[in-house]
Formats: sequence, C-alpha cells, structure tokens
Amino acid sequence: MAQPLVVKKDDDLDEEEYYSPFLGIEKGAVLQEARCFHDPQLDARRCCQVITKLLYLLNQGDTFTKVEATEVFFATTKLFQSKDAGLRRMVYLMIKELSPSADEVIIVTSSLMKDMNSKTDMYRANAIRVLCRIIDSTLLTQIERYLKQAIVDKNPVVASAALVSGIYLLQTSPEVVKRWSNEVQEAVQSRSALVQFHALALLHQIRQNDRLAVSKLVTSLTRGSVRSPLAQCLLIRYTSQVIRESGVSQGGDRPFFDFLESCLRNKAEMVILEAARAITELNGVTSRELTPAITVLQLFLSSSKPVLRFAAVRTLNKVASTHPLAVTNCNIDMESLISDQNRSIATLAITTLLKTGNESSVDRLMKQMTNFMSDIADEFKIVVVEAIRSLCLKFPLKYRSLMNFLSNILREEGGFEYKKAIVDSIIILIRDIPDAKESGLFHLCEFIEDCEFTYLSTQILHFLGNEGPKTSDPSKYIRYIYNRVILENATVRASAVSTLAKFGALVDSLKPRIFVLLRRCLFDGDDEVRDRATLYLKLLGGEATVGETEKDVNDFLFGALDIPLVNLETSLRNYEPSEAPFDISSVPKETKSQPIAEKKATGKKATGPSAVSGPIPSVDASYEKLLSSIPEFADFGKLFKSSAPVELTEAETEYSVNVVKHIYDGHVVVVHVDASEADEFLEVMSKPLRSLPCDAPGQTFVAFEKPEGVPATGKFSNTLRFIVKEVDPSTGEAEDDGVDDEYQLEDLEIVSADYMLKVGVSNFRNAWESMDPESERVDEYGLGVRESLAEAVSAVISILGMQPCEGTDVVPSNSRSHTCLLSGVFIGNVKVLVRLSFGISAPKEVAMKLAVRSDDPEISDKIHEIVANG
Amino acid sequence: METCPKVKNILLLDSEGKRVAVKYYSDDWPTLSAKLAFEKSVFAKTQKANAGTEAEIVMFDGQIVVYKFIQDLHFFVTGGEEDNELILASVLQGFSDAIDLLLRNIVDKRTALENLDLILLCLDEIVDGGIVLETEGSVIAEKVSSAHGMDGATSLAEQTLVQALTTAREHLAKSLLM
Repeated sequence: MAQPLVVKKDDDLDEEEYYSPFLGIEKGAVLQEARCFHDPQLDARRCCQVITKLLYLLNQGDTFTKVEATEVFFATTKLFQSKDAGLRRMVYLMIKELSPSADEVIIVTSSLMKDMNSKTDMYRANAIRVLCRIIDSTLLTQIERYLKQAIVDKNPVVASAALVSGIYLLQTSPEVVKRWSNEVQEAVQSRSALVQFHALALLHQIRQNDRLAVSKLVTSLTRGSVRSPLAQCLLIRYTSQVIRESGVSQGGDRPFFDFLESCLRNKAEMVILEAARAITELNGVTSRELTPAITVLQLFLSSSKPVLRFAAVRTLNKVASTHPLAVTNCNIDMESLISDQNRSIATLAITTLLKTGNESSVDRLMKQMTNFMSDIADEFKIVVVEAIRSLCLKFPLKYRSLMNFLSNILREEGGFEYKKAIVDSIIILIRDIPDAKESGLFHLCEFIEDCEFTYLSTQILHFLGNEGPKTSDPSKYIRYIYNRVILENATVRASAVSTLAKFGALVDSLKPRIFVLLRRCLFDGDDEVRDRATLYLKLLGGEATVGETEKDVNDFLFGALDIPLVNLETSLRNYEPSEAPFDISSVPKETKSQPIAEKKATGKKATGPSAVSGPIPSVDASYEKLLSSIPEFADFGKLFKSSAPVELTEAETEYSVNVVKHIYDGHVVVVHVDASEADEFLEVMSKPLRSLPCDAPGQTFVAFEKPEGVPATGKFSNTLRFIVKEVDPSTGEAEDDGVDDEYQLEDLEIVSADYMLKVGVSNFRNAWESMDPESERVDEYGLGVRESLAEAVSAVISILGMQPCEGTDVVPSNSRSHTCLLSGVFIGNVKVLVRLSFGISAPKEVAMKLAVRSDDPEISDKIHEIVANG
Repeated sequence: METCPKVKNILLLDSEGKRVAVKYYSDDWPTLSAKLAFEKSVFAKTQKANAGTEAEIVMFDGQIVVYKFIQDLHFFVTGGEEDNELILASVLQGFSDAIDLLLRNIVDKRTALENLDLILLCLDEIVDGGIVLETEGSVIAEKVSSAHGMDGATSLAEQTLVQALTTAREHLAKSLLM
C-alpha cells in the first residue's frame, strides 16, 4: 500500500514542482483553514492566502459540493468586516467565483451596496461588477438609481464597470437596462477611450432591433466624435450592418463608404484591419471599392508582427475566392510568405497564390511548393492539395506538372486523410481531363504497390477496373492488379479479383489470361475472394447461366447500383427468409438530397470517391410496410413515392390534419383526407377512421385511380366530417349518441413534382452523354423579375422536384449566370436528366434555358410542360 | 457576425501545458474535460513556435488563438474565427505587460504561482464576461496593485518556505518508514 504513495511523492518533488506553494494542497485541508475567516481578530494576510488557495483549487478544476460552497460563502461574507483593501479584492473575486444562490445573495447585498457608494473608486467599480453578476431583477430595481449614476461617473473605471455590467444585465433584465439610454448616450461622449467603447457597445445592444435608431446612431457618430480604437472597430461593424440592410443603390455611391475608407487611414492597426475587412465583405463590392483596402492589407503582409501578417493574408485569401484579380498585385509579397515561420500564414499564402495564379506562374509555384510541403502538418497539406485540384481544373493544360506534384507527395509520408485527399484529387483529374488519364492511372498503380490503407487500395482498384480497360494498353495494368491478389489482405484481394474480371469482360484479347489468373484465385484462403472468383469465371465463361448476354455481364460488372445503400440495408433487414427470393427491384430508390453511393452489388468498400453516404432515416420503408398491410391497396403494385407530410390546418388549431401523398403507377393514395373534387381522379375507395380518441393521432386513407403512368394533377378540397361523442370519464367508454360536426381544411394539390423521384447520379456528364441525344428537348423561358438568381434556381428545382447534382443548387453570390444540373426518375421508371442555364440581367430579369434528356422523349416534353405551367 | 469583439478565454499555462491560471468567458467548452482538451490541443499546436518576442497566432477548430511565451510561461488569448485578431493581440499584450510589471520583471512559473492572487486579479481586470475592460498593461497592473499595496506579493513566498520544510520532513519520515 505504501509503495505507490511514495512513488507519487517522488514525482511531485521533481524540480519543476518543488517550488510550488501549492504543493500537495488538498481541498479538505483548505476548507478547514477557511475557518480563520470566522476569527474575531481577522488576519488579513492569512485570509488572503486561504482565498488564493481556494481559487487555485477551483482554477485547477476542483469543484465544491453545494454544502461546501455555502459554507465557504458564509465564511467569506464575514471578511467584509476587514478594512484591508487587498483582502476586499480577493473577497470580490471569491464571491463571483462561487456564484451564490438567490437566498444567499441577500446576505452580501447590503455590504456590496455600501461599497458601491464608497469614496474609494476601486471599491465602487468592483462592487458594481460583483453585484450585477449575482443579483436578480427585483434587487436590480433597488440599485438601478446607483447604476445610472455610475454610468456617468467622473471616474472611467467606475463608468466602465457599470456599462459592462449593463451589457451583461441586458440579457436577463432588458426592460430595466433600456431605461438607461440617456445616461449611456452621455457616456458615449466620454473622454475616456474605454468608456466610449463600452457605452457604444451597450447603446447598440439596447437599440439593435430598431433599424432606424441604429442607422441614426451610425450617421451621427461617423461624423467623427469617436476616437477610441475599440469603439471605432465597433462603429465600423455597425456601419457595415447598416450598409448591408440598406442595400446597394444602383450605380450611385454606397452610403457611408467614405467613412470606411477614411478608417483605412486610422493610426490604430486594429481599426485599419477592421475597415479593410468590412470593405472586402461588402455585398457586390466593386474593384474600385476594393483597391484601397487591398493596398493597406498588402502593407500588412510585410509587417514584422506575425498576427498582422496573418490577419492580412487571411483576409486576402477570402477575397481571392471571389475577386482573384484584385489580389494579384500582392503576389510578390505572398510568395515571400511561403517561407514564413508561422505555418498558418504560409499555408494561407500558398492557397491564395493558387487561387490567383495564372497559367504561366503555375510551374514556378510548383517548384516552391515542393520544399514547402515537407515541413507542414497534414491538416495544412490537405488544404494545399484541395487548392491544387481546383487550380488544375482551372488550367487543364497544366495537368502535367500538377499531376507530377501530386504523385510526388503521394509517395511521401502522410496520414490517411492526407493520402485520401491526394488520391481523390488524382481521380477527379483523371475523370475531368482526358489527357491526364494514362499518367494518373500509372501513378495510382505505383501507389497501391506500397499502400498501407485498405480503403484507398480498394477504391483505386475499383476505379482502375472502370477506367483501365478503356486505355490504349490495358495489359500493363494486370501486373499491378495481380500483385495485390498475391500480397494483400482479403479485402484488397477481393477487390482485385473484381477488377481483373472487369478487364476480362471488356478486353477480349486479355480474356484467356484473366481466366488463368482467376482460376488461381479459386484456391484463396478467404471465402469472399473464392466466391468472387467463381462468380466471375462463370459470368465471363458463359458456362452456366442461361440467357446471359454480353450486355448483361457488363451491366452486372459495371452498372452502378442505383439504390441508396441505406434503403437496401433496411429492405434486407425486413426480408424474411421464404420461398420467394429477395427482389432487389422492391427496394425504394428515393434519396434524401444525397448523392447515391456508387457501388457494385458484390463490391466491398468500393464506393466511388465522390460518393458521400450518410445514414438517412428512410421514411418510405415504414410507409410501404403500412400501406402493403392494408388489403385494399395490395394490388396497386409497388409504391413509387411518398411525399413529405403536408399540413392542412394551421398550427395549433383544434384539429391538426396533415396529409401524405403516396403515388403508385396507377393510383394515388392519400392518407388523412375525406372528400375530393378533381377531374382525372376517380375515387375507388376510402377507408374512414372508426374512432379518434382525444390527443391521439389516427390515420384515414383514400385511394384514387388515375390514368396509368400519366402525371395527372389536380386540387382536392377537404372537409373533416366527424361525430363528436362524449366519453364517460369514469368508465372511459364513449356514449352512444354524438353530434355531427364539420371542419374545413385547406386544399390539397397533387402536382407534377409528386411524380418525380429525387435520384442522384454520381457523374452527371457521363450520365448525360449516355442518354439518347434524340430525346433531348431544349427551350428557353423568361422567368420575369426575381429577387435573385439563387431564388430563381431554387424555385425551378422545387417545381421539378428533382435531385440537384454536383452541388449545382448552390449559386455563388454576385454571379450573373449559373448552370444547374438535375436528375430524377419520373413515374413509370423513366430516368430524366435536366441541364438548366440561368442568366440574370441588371434589372433582375431572369432567363432560363432548359435542356432535358430522358429515356422517353415524351417525358422530355412533359418536363417542359411542367415548367411552362409552373 | 458577433457585433461586439469577445474574448473566449485567457490561458496561462506552464512549459508542460499544465494550468497556472485560466479564465473562460464563453460556453464553447461547457465541461472541465472539454476545457482541458482544448488547452491540450492549443499547447500541442503552439509548443514548437518561437513566440518569445512577437505574439504568434494560430487558427484551428473555428477559434483564433494569439499567444506568447515568456520563460516557462505560455500566455494564450482565444477568440472566435470572425473576430479581429489585432484586438485579441492587444489583450494578450496587455495581459503579459501587466504580469511583467506585477511580478517585477521576474516572469516565470515559480514567481507566478507565488503571486497567484495578483494573476487572478489581473485576469479579472482585463476582461469581464468576454468584453475587453482594459488593454493597457500599466493601467491593469496599477488597478491590481493599488488595492494590494504590493506587500501581499511576498506573503506566499514566506509561507512556501515553511511548507517546503514541512513536506521535506514528511518525506524523510516516509522514506524512513519504508
């Protein structure tokens, strides 16, 4: 028992700890010591030491129990008897730290109020800060008078204390603090810099919900009565807020811009930075407005202070994303920052240069980067790799040097996230730049020869299987792939087997050799590897399966699984072993705004690089189960789509009704509705609700027949008809007679979007090109005056109800044109792809070009009809 | 964007990343373990920097941290990603200047611990609830010492000697018992 204790002592006594006055300090002992607070003859110095020890314990993360805290608090209140100023300060600190409860506060209120009116400024200021931290609003009204006085006190420390306390109190008792406006306004004119700052902060917070008042405040103060740098910073923030809210007056000068510009010439660096940043963040900032701000930031770049350099490069980096040309003047200064000691600064400089660089500077930049990469942390390297990727997409002609750079860093040491970023970048470059394909694939092959990450190996093998056979000399990849079968773990081996099979399927000349290799895999130690080898041998050899054509084989090997994995998993879980085999076409295909994970049915961890699959709650599965359990609906076929619930009543009314629209090929089932009036829909059955107890939800179903496969639209008006029956509270049984009642509900519309499934594609361009160009229908539409481009884009997306691809639903601010890619499946399982090009003119008129391709040209026309009617 | 510049925390750590004194003003780190984890990662990310003469800066996890080392003491001031780093730097400067004055130019962990009361008061005078109270080192130091008369500074040191003797005796007794 004694041994570990002694060892611990030794540790504590090493040189570092030896001098600590808090060595071996213990809560219990210190709490005992605190009894000296009760001594009739107080020893101020000793009490100070004890408080320091208590605060030390709290600071180290120790906590007091409720009882202990109360005890310490009461003891501490005794110390108000001492006149010692130092002790009094520690007492203030202790009370704040203990944050006493309301009934305890009363004990110290009078002592603190006495201090608040003391002649010593230091007492006044501190007593105010302590008191405001601990009192509630009823006590606050008692001391309000003193606080108002304090705000305009001659002593700046007292005034600041009251103002800062005001900012704190505004959260808990706004109505009280708002009454202090006049005093606070007076304090804004104070000669003390900090009082000015605190008063301005409080005044703005009091008025922040009143736009007009804020605008007045800014107008009066920007004329030049504010001198404190901190207050100036605040004023700049308020000014840009006013500018933001007032909107840009077309062509004319921006209000208050002169003020912001004049702040760029301020003496204080923090004000200059604040103003420069405010200018760069203005909505729709012009290059003329940017120039002065960029100039001051450029000066900061060569400052001796790291913080200043960082601030400048960080701001310029942001500007470079939207206005790369404006930043090019700083390129020389930026380049010298690549060797900055502070790696955050260096990384920001590099990524800025990558954003602003032009085609001619790429090579030089790459040379500098190589040295740079070796001495920064992985997290910075990832940022750089991403910047290089976008640079390469911007200058496809420069792919050679950029690809070389990527392959070099791929060979160096690095963690998984970093390597993954590089591999992803190379794959994206191969996809988008056809010339880069061969060299890119070769670099990836080199990499898997010595890759410690199973995930990356399988990802590359999968990709290689899709791209490799289409190259000029597919045979050179076989060696790399078969090496994996010999050298790697089971997961990678299985992947490699699939990749071999893909080569076999596409390259006839290689087929016999692939067969030899696959046969060897039949003796693998792992089940999965053997199973795959067997399966592929049969597929490719056409030995057993009847009716397998070459197209089927290729579909099986290369076809993307167009079902979200989450849905597949749910369906598999629900599948009960029986005579009927699991039917993959019964899995719902709807995704919730998430690209489909591209995955082969048998592939393990072979997801495409851009696929993100997160767990999403699959509502559909539960609906499907529910509907198929109702015998009347059983012969409607497979559920095509269920909408999100639509509210038919205002929130918080007596009866709350919402509707879910379930679309079948030939029927529409509406859950929760009662009556109908719509042309094309023929009501076939309804399933009324027998009883609906109070506060419990119930469901009622109505089915409508509609022309098969046709997206009939219409409006239903709904009325809730029911019989109210009293329930005997004692027995819980309903009485026999009830009162008929009606409740008017809002209309329900069946719109075209209800017939569209959001189904994403992982590579829009490939998918687009694989569709029949004959099915393409193009037309142009004027959308009239819209609020903004983004608003127009989202409106069209919601009319069509399709899945935006590749993040094209996001419109960068300030852009004048935008292309949006959509994909979906229309009722009748018709795949539809839409390419939308938008343009906006100065008076906010939006024009749109709509190009549609689909499996069925009639559907293409239909999409145009939907847009034309929408 | 936060309209008023806010300080999220001020940390004073030793050369091993252990706390000397810390003060948190925001609820970004609600638990003790979250606070300690933050301190650990700040310390690890800044450890190698050369932040003796000029304040250095690092940005991670949406926080900006300005920092400075004096002897075996590491000073940190943290603010939000959107905030003005120069304001944070002025707080850091005020803090380290004030400590330098209060500890009479002997800024190291030992002196800091012996005068912990001054350091805690100093933290209290720089920032209140995240809002900057004062950034001028000499003004901060004066506010702290005016109350204290500076005589409190030696008191803990005296006690230290007594305590050191006591623990030394204990230690001797323990080792004899073994």
